[in-house]
Amino acid sequence: MAITGVGLFGFIIAHLLGNLLVFAGPAALNEYAKKLHDLGPLLWVARLGLLGMVGLHIWSAIKLTAANKQAREVPYKSDVLPVDGHRRDDIAVKFAARTMIFSGLIIVAFAFYHLAHYTWKVPQINGIHDDFETYYVQADMVTSANFTEGEQGKNPVDVYRMVVTGFKVPWVTGFYVISVALLCIHLSHGLSAMLQTLGIKNKNTEKWVDKGAVIFATLLFLGYISIPLSIIFEFVKLK
Amino acid sequence: MGKLLNLKLRVWRQDNAEDSGRFEEYDAKGVDTDMSFLEMLDVVNEDLLEDGKEPIAFDSDCREGICGTCSMVINGTPHGGQKGTTACQLHMRQFSDGMTITIEPWRASAFPVQRDLVVNRSAFDRIQQSGGFISVRSGSVPDANATPVAKEDADLAMDAAQCIGCGACVAACKNASAMLFVAAKLSHLSLVPQGQPERERRALAMVQKMDEEGFGSCTVTGSCEAVCPKEISLDFIARMNREYGMALIRKGTV
Repeated sequence: MAITGVGLFGFIIAHLLGNLLVFAGPAALNEYAKKLHDLGPLLWVARLGLLGMVGLHIWSAIKLTAANKQAREVPYKSDVLPVDGHRRDDIAVKFAARTMIFSGLIIVAFAFYHLAHYTWKVPQINGIHDDFETYYVQADMVTSANFTEGEQGKNPVDVYRMVVTGFKVPWVTGFYVISVALLCIHLSHGLSAMLQTLGIKNKNTEKWVDKGAVIFATLLFLGYISIPLSIIFEFVKLK
Repeated sequence: MGKLLNLKLRVWRQDNAEDSGRFEEYDAKGVDTDMSFLEMLDVVNEDLLEDGKEPIAFDSDCREGICGTCSMVINGTPHGGQKGTTACQLHMRQFSDGMTITIEPWRASAFPVQRDLVVNRSAFDRIQQSGGFISVRSGSVPDANATPVAKEDADLAMDAAQCIGCGACVAACKNASAMLFVAAKLSHLSLVPQGQPERERRALAMVQKMDEEGFGSCTVTGSCEAVCPKEISLDFIARMNREYGMALIRKGTV
């Protein structure tokens, strides 16, 4: 869980940094997208690696949960009174830790939607009349050396226009913000648990690990939602 | 004499390991608030004996919070939820008149219920036997300052060595994981020079034994730390994971 967690966390940071280029304007974002696509086979290595890590993360979650259920075949019959009126599982357990499975499942559902939306560009689910496949780059790349006019259905796609149009749809942005919030709740427990499992937490770092996980998760949340919200409120718009 | 309480007890009764068990209700009348929880059970048991009924079976030994024998889940929390104490150190003044108190045994597949509130905790003994010892021949009693130990290490080792092996960590954990117990035992020995020669072998053997015994895994919820009568820190689990990881690497298993 922890090792695949590290990999997925790395992706989440890299993805955010790439996405934030939307604030640098269409040229910067489109060039970044083109460079990614130009990696060719390397991009597929990264994609498959990522898919593998998601798979392993889920597989180990299922395996662990099954083993953990088996470790207590006869459940408790009584409820917790002194700590709180909630289930006994909740002795000192924070909301984020209790809901890892639910936040995880919703994140998976969102990830599928997000891929269908922007990577596979399924026109039926983007909430607008346009097909993103028709958004090919015209003359917005930074350096003219990198500029090749896109053709319909081929790269380079005008990612900037796709993102700005895509997040104009309120329910798309709503789903995005909720999912990212869940992702960051997942991470607020996941990050500290990851460091704990890898044994990196010690006497000197313990104070910072738990707080750091929450702070980092909050920063990621703010970073991610800044994009669709800027688009909805028209701080970022098409030229 | 303190105040007198009238309480209702809902106690788990189970005739033997095979029995499916059930809750039975008893009245505990005139309970002195200065009694410990176990003394209250003793009084209830005497009443049961007088009525010709079978007394409630429960484990207890030192009754001063150092042996780790008394094991019961009181109102859903191992040892009753008073911070840093065992069930025998819990006093009846913590309860209010007319209250219903539910008492259950530890519940974990690795700790099968033997009878009523008594569970078999020999899985812990087997983990200890797999590596929780030092077998360096030390000869006659060494001088106190013959083997220097840094103050910080000694303090930390003592924190870990406080573990009395009561099993409350397993009882509280939603995964019935024994990691806090194993982490405490492992850290206590690996922090001092006497434990160094077998450090890697110990880490591998104890973690492996823990898994074999059918305890769950740690999902870092912190329940164990919250109920531990000796307030052993969750950080020891990180230390154990590090010990185990380093041992795997050094032994060339990974």
